[in-house]
Amino acid sequence: MIKILNKIDGTNNVLENNNLLEMQFEKNKIIKIFNELKDNTELNFNQLLDITAVDYPSRELRFDMIYILQSLTKNKKIILKTFIKENENIESITNIHKSADWYERECYDLFGIEFINHPDLRRIMTDYNFEGYPLRKDFPLTGHTEVRYDDLEKKVIYEPVKLSQEFRNFDSESPWEGMENKLFGDEKSNGKN
Amino acid sequence: MKEVELNTTTINFGPQHPAAHGVLRLVVELEGEVVQRAEPHIGLLHRGTEKLIEYKTYLQAVPYFDRLDYVSPMCQEHAFALATENLLGISVPERAKYIRVIFAEITRILNHLLNIPAYAADIGAVTPFLWCFEEREKLLEFHEAVSGARFHAAYFRPGGVHQDMPEGMEEKLFEHFKSFPKFIDDLESLLTNNRILRQRSVDIGIISKSEAIEWGCSGPVLRSTGVAWDLRRSQPYDAYDQVDFEVPVGKKGDCFDRYLVRIEEMRQSIIIINQCLNKIKPGPISIEDNKITPPKRNQMKKSMEALIHHFKLFTEGYRVPAGQVYSAVEAPKGEFGVYLVSDGSSKPYRCKIRAPGFAHLQTLDHLSKGHLMADIAAILGSLDIVFGEIDR
Repeated sequence: MIKILNKIDGTNNVLENNNLLEMQFEKNKIIKIFNELKDNTELNFNQLLDITAVDYPSRELRFDMIYILQSLTKNKKIILKTFIKENENIESITNIHKSADWYERECYDLFGIEFINHPDLRRIMTDYNFEGYPLRKDFPLTGHTEVRYDDLEKKVIYEPVKLSQEFRNFDSESPWEGMENKLFGDEKSNGKN
Repeated sequence: MKEVELNTTTINFGPQHPAAHGVLRLVVELEGEVVQRAEPHIGLLHRGTEKLIEYKTYLQAVPYFDRLDYVSPMCQEHAFALATENLLGISVPERAKYIRVIFAEITRILNHLLNIPAYAADIGAVTPFLWCFEEREKLLEFHEAVSGARFHAAYFRPGGVHQDMPEGMEEKLFEHFKSFPKFIDDLESLLTNNRILRQRSVDIGIISKSEAIEWGCSGPVLRSTGVAWDLRRSQPYDAYDQVDFEVPVGKKGDCFDRYLVRIEEMRQSIIIINQCLNKIKPGPISIEDNKITPPKRNQMKKSMEALIHHFKLFTEGYRVPAGQVYSAVEAPKGEFGVYLVSDGSSKPYRCKIRAPGFAHLQTLDHLSKGHLMADIAAILGSLDIVFGEIDR
């Protein structure tokens, strides 16, 4: 199966471990590749399981686009990966796999990745009129707004998040290695040991 | 040109509606009483689980999985445990595998014991609800006995299970499941040949084989169309390759077939549990590597090293080698998968949860087109919708 996958135009880095195939592909050839994966009788990846993204803010090609397909006849799963930049679009595959509809909407909602030729690209998970893309790494865990019922206005209102205590993210990964000439509890010395 | 008058009414179903099985807002366009379009608006229960997990260690992430599909908690922990073990490159001891299979199947029965009567209640039968909840309580006692919690168990952990089953548990389980088939018979006598149930579910919400695959359906929804696809059989994990069971399939893919598949799945679950109870042997219940699983309490009182291990595990957690993996289990609702990306630290870099209900709810528009408004309740019930996992 790896041989056939290697032969498809625009694919590379095909590998297999534990009955799970992994492959990278070129973003521009997505439609051709997904059609081939579905229609080739040797492969027959007929079920789309998931579409998602992974955010790496420091990279120029910021997002990994992940597609997970399954072949019910060949009993195989494959993870397909491609890379896209922050403001780049990618072709929608809703014409090939119907179930891509909501998965692409979710990806758009949570990462802000736009899909070309998607029939109905709206937010799906977040609130109506929500702003920002929550699963990007630069979106704070606590979010930007919170809601409460206002007794004077007699309606639910949105306000900026107010935390009585800052969100604490403990870095407990081996403090000794990460220490840069700074002694805990000795902050007054201004670093001059 | 002739003027055409559109005679449709658009109504808002939910977000608070007893037949919506949670918080589903449905915009339904009706012509008379016939559904033209049903558009689900989801996300009202979105809690940002995937984002939260990125800020937690692998062990701290486990309880989030109980809270996804809150009627079948252990099956979801199972998927996460398998994914993490896969990245760590470890395999759990034999006894842990059997315990996991036993409890995954108990969870499956629990799930179906909620879905079937809830579905029946949606279309007019109330008694099964009372009956099944009694049985559920009995099964939940087993959950409680091993994990201390009825639902939010956090029992399947990367590396094995949290604790061994208490003494005498095997016999109790065996005794319980001796009488359980009788209950399923009783339940069926109320429902299967019930005229109202049949009228409300036969030929309602039909989905064909190819459509079900196309729409990403799995679990009982896919099997009801006649596709004998079960991850426990086709891609066995833990001890599922050691047990013998049958995969029930339907013929037409309508609501009634989905109901029948679930009933038969409960019977098969009992068969699986009984086989596991016969094969299970005493032994360790988690890998004996204190870099991943915590040391025993009494060791900590005596051994300095055990104390250090304990401290490191519950502050820093264990580091997982960088990589990506997708692990799926056959949850009661269908294929529940976890796509996990690790960057080598002790917190997941990305954890995508593939919920079966998400794909199933997407088909609702397709399934309900041309049916009556009242059938939407039946279709929703038969798809086994739980918003914890759909909205995540």
